[in-house]
Amino acid sequence: MSSANPKPSAPVLDHDKVADQAGSGSYVANFESKDSALTRFQKFLHKYPVAAPTIVLVFAIIGFSLLVGDRFLHPFNLSLVLQQVTIIGVIGVAQTLIILTAGIDLSVGAIMVLASVVMGRMAIDHGLDAGFALLIGISVGALAGLINGTLITRFKLPPFIATLGSWNVFFALNLWYSKSETIRSQDIANNAPLLQWLGETISFFGARLTYGSLLMLALFFLIWYALNWTAWGRHVYATGDDPAAAKLAGIRTDRILLSVYVLAGVVCAIGAWVLIGRIGSVSPQAGYTTNLDSITAVVIGGCSLFGGRGSIYGTLIGALVVGVFRNGLALAGVDVLWQEFTVGILIIVAVGVDQWIRKGTA
Amino acid sequence: MTAHYDQQPVLQARGLVKRYGSVTAIDHADLTLYPGEILAVIGDNGAGKSSLIKALSGALVPDEGEILLDGQPVHFNSPMQARELGIETVYQNLAVSPALNIADNLFLGRELRKPGILGSVFRMLDKKAMEERAQAKMKELGLMTIQNISQAVESLSGGQRQGVAVARSALFGSKVVIMDEPTAALGVKESRRVLNLIKEVRDRGLPIILISHNMPHVFEVADRIHIHRLGKCAATITPESHTMSEAVAIMTGAMEVDDSSAAA
Repeated sequence: MSSANPKPSAPVLDHDKVADQAGSGSYVANFESKDSALTRFQKFLHKYPVAAPTIVLVFAIIGFSLLVGDRFLHPFNLSLVLQQVTIIGVIGVAQTLIILTAGIDLSVGAIMVLASVVMGRMAIDHGLDAGFALLIGISVGALAGLINGTLITRFKLPPFIATLGSWNVFFALNLWYSKSETIRSQDIANNAPLLQWLGETISFFGARLTYGSLLMLALFFLIWYALNWTAWGRHVYATGDDPAAAKLAGIRTDRILLSVYVLAGVVCAIGAWVLIGRIGSVSPQAGYTTNLDSITAVVIGGCSLFGGRGSIYGTLIGALVVGVFRNGLALAGVDVLWQEFTVGILIIVAVGVDQWIRKGTA
Repeated sequence: MTAHYDQQPVLQARGLVKRYGSVTAIDHADLTLYPGEILAVIGDNGAGKSSLIKALSGALVPDEGEILLDGQPVHFNSPMQARELGIETVYQNLAVSPALNIADNLFLGRELRKPGILGSVFRMLDKKAMEERAQAKMKELGLMTIQNISQAVESLSGGQRQGVAVARSALFGSKVVIMDEPTAALGVKESRRVLNLIKEVRDRGLPIILISHNMPHVFEVADRIHIHRLGKCAATITPESHTMSEAVAIMTGAMEVDDSSAAA
């Protein structure tokens, strides 16, 4: 990179060029000799962080359709992929919000399971109206997020440690409250069908979409709007990007962080509803890997773990990349362990690419 | 534009005191800023200029003394309160968000929302209005070498970033702009641009308090120079009344000044 910029004045010219890529085309040619193709690619990725996962997704789809043929591209299979990534997508929304603030939430999966157990027990064991049980479950999610947010903003604990602790606490509470018992699908279907509603499907052209998948897409749209079109969203980015600068600009960063953790808790509780729809029953052992899967989706989606960079639809693409790889490899008859292997490689490559992008434009 | 020393001061600090345990950072300090002037504040490290400036920008609450804005006593508990009263601060460490674009940075914390239901219910940002106003302000201050108002601040040079910070203060500052070492992080060429920008802001009627270590810069742009020493004002001079080495001598205590109000 630096070897391609022989003159010391080159960095000053670089941003002119970046600006020009968006504007007139004639100017770009003047600087082509200064930037190698690799450097330009790096800058392109920096400007459009979602580009990398999108490229990977497109190539993965092409690759698997060549490898396993029509079975992969069949609308039913593609809608299956969407169903398979729905929970990770929803929890990924929560995780994205937190990672944008340069935090991390290891407790998202535990919040989801705890909320699902609360929803199930409220509706089945306590005989509450299913809608009311849902609201209580969502309140539990909000409360869990409030606890995380308070630990991080008030007691200044690092998010990793705070949520590592609360993960265990929430998971233990979940085992205690559920008595480690599963609520059977049949009982829910008879007494509180609303809890399973998100698992119902609508079919068209051979594709079967669940209401849960549609809710996930709606959540992505809602949070995309909030992040990009409201002052709150700008403040979330600013807080993650440079908290000191955000504070100097008059943003109450602690409030922003607290709101992000509470919102993430609510989204996780919505994920609990989706989870019940997906598996039918309420199990205190369900969704145990969701924590790390959600981080995987966010990271592959191009969000920077250092905060302030990335976009919410990157996470959707990240989740789809993981879903497509797992599904495609399964259809190709590859052992599950190689699915895990591939996802691991994807994570490492994604973080590596992020580091490389950041290094080139510091 | 010349400063108006016969008028009421815009900003005045009287007998400010701030102690940290046994350390007295501000020791009965006074400061007077007149309309239309650039008042430089210089002082050795540890002289307490930062504390004084923090008190004036609301980042620090003094233990004693009073601050007058247009002759009225004011009291700030946070930088936000000072900003609401029209005192803007440009910080040394380029207090801009690198990943956000220029327009977003100018309006950070003071975003404009769309009129009507889109703004009131859906809280929708009026990106177009913000971009237009940002564009107009950058143009007015001669910063239009920055072509694209929606480019990320991190793609700008240090001087351009400082330009964004100065434009932000000029956009919202209605009374006073405080600049804390605005050229400290910049190269020679970029410092020059920022100095011109400072004069430009002053010529548009905003008085400026400029904190700087750089004597040539201070002597170039300042109308008056407030020399801070041992937590208080040792002297107020002008670039005409004293030389740079005299200013340094006063700053370090090598030279005593009897009449500290000699210059104004």
